[in-house]
Amino acid sequence: MTRPKSRQLRADAPAPATKLEALPGSAAQQTSELDRLIHERLRLGIISALAVNEALSFTELKALLNTTDGNLSVHARKLEEADYIRCTKTFEGRVPKTTWKISPAGRKALQKYLDHMEALIHATRRR
Amino acid sequence: MAPDPEEAPSLHAVAADNLHYIRATMERAGSFTAVPGWGGVVMGLIGLSSAAIAWQQAEFRAWLITWLAAAAIAVTAGTVAIAIKSRAAGIPFFSRPARQFLLSFAPPLLAGALLTQVLYATGSVSAIPGMWLLLYGAAVIAGGAFSVRVVPLMGLLFILLGAVALFSPTEWKDFFLGAGFGILHIVFGAVIARRYGG
Repeated sequence: MTRPKSRQLRADAPAPATKLEALPGSAAQQTSELDRLIHERLRLGIISALAVNEALSFTELKALLNTTDGNLSVHARKLEEADYIRCTKTFEGRVPKTTWKISPAGRKALQKYLDHMEALIHATRRR
Repeated sequence: MAPDPEEAPSLHAVAADNLHYIRATMERAGSFTAVPGWGGVVMGLIGLSSAAIAWQQAEFRAWLITWLAAAAIAVTAGTVAIAIKSRAAGIPFFSRPARQFLLSFAPPLLAGALLTQVLYATGSVSAIPGMWLLLYGAAVIAGGAFSVRVVPLMGLLFILLGAVALFSPTEWKDFFLGAGFGILHIVFGAVIARRYGG
């Protein structure tokens, strides 16, 4: 599989402006700081998909998340750097194959993120 | 410091939307090739036809052959359905969810095939229908453990049906098999097809 060199894709570009963090002293903040790393949509998708699968290949994730080669590799690399997911590279014949698995740290991060979102919902509902 | 009340609805909406996205992604990732809905409906129709034909067989041997033939046809239909659904989703046939499903699904069925052989040879044939339903239910629960929730639920109903069948008169066997391999397949197949894309 060939992966085009990403041109303008930057994983560290600011996430779409949501005001989730701007809620001082809320139940959400008491639960945990917002995990910027998986707050981004595609990265959240990668983590969620891997959480319910033993492992997924590049092709499978790309189709599942309906994204491009460049986008997927950039965001997956971000998650790899944080050790939220782990990458295995193998060869199927002559074709290189990349598969990912979620790490214990990644699973914990997703759980924290879910708690965070739930806390936010409860906090707003109570008012 | 109290949060700005005006922020509350949008925050709530964003958080709810995030949760929804996570759940949708997980459901798609966990089930998108594994369980074909329309395939389930077709398998159910095969199961119902088989119950109707098997019901008319006087000899046990002919009855057994009817159900075994139906099982072979249904397995073929299920495999074709998985292939069609994978292709529609743009996923390789042996994607990981599909492989995981097959690897957990096959062992109970293998056990069922061996037990059928033994029970037939020893003449304890009245246990066969209940045993089939029990082991098929176990296979569905194992295979569907990481799938959408309706799949293990279907497996559980197969097990319940099998348990009742084991302690019921032998003449009712085609009723139980028809209810399981026919009706359960059709109902759950239709639900899966409607909710989870095919």
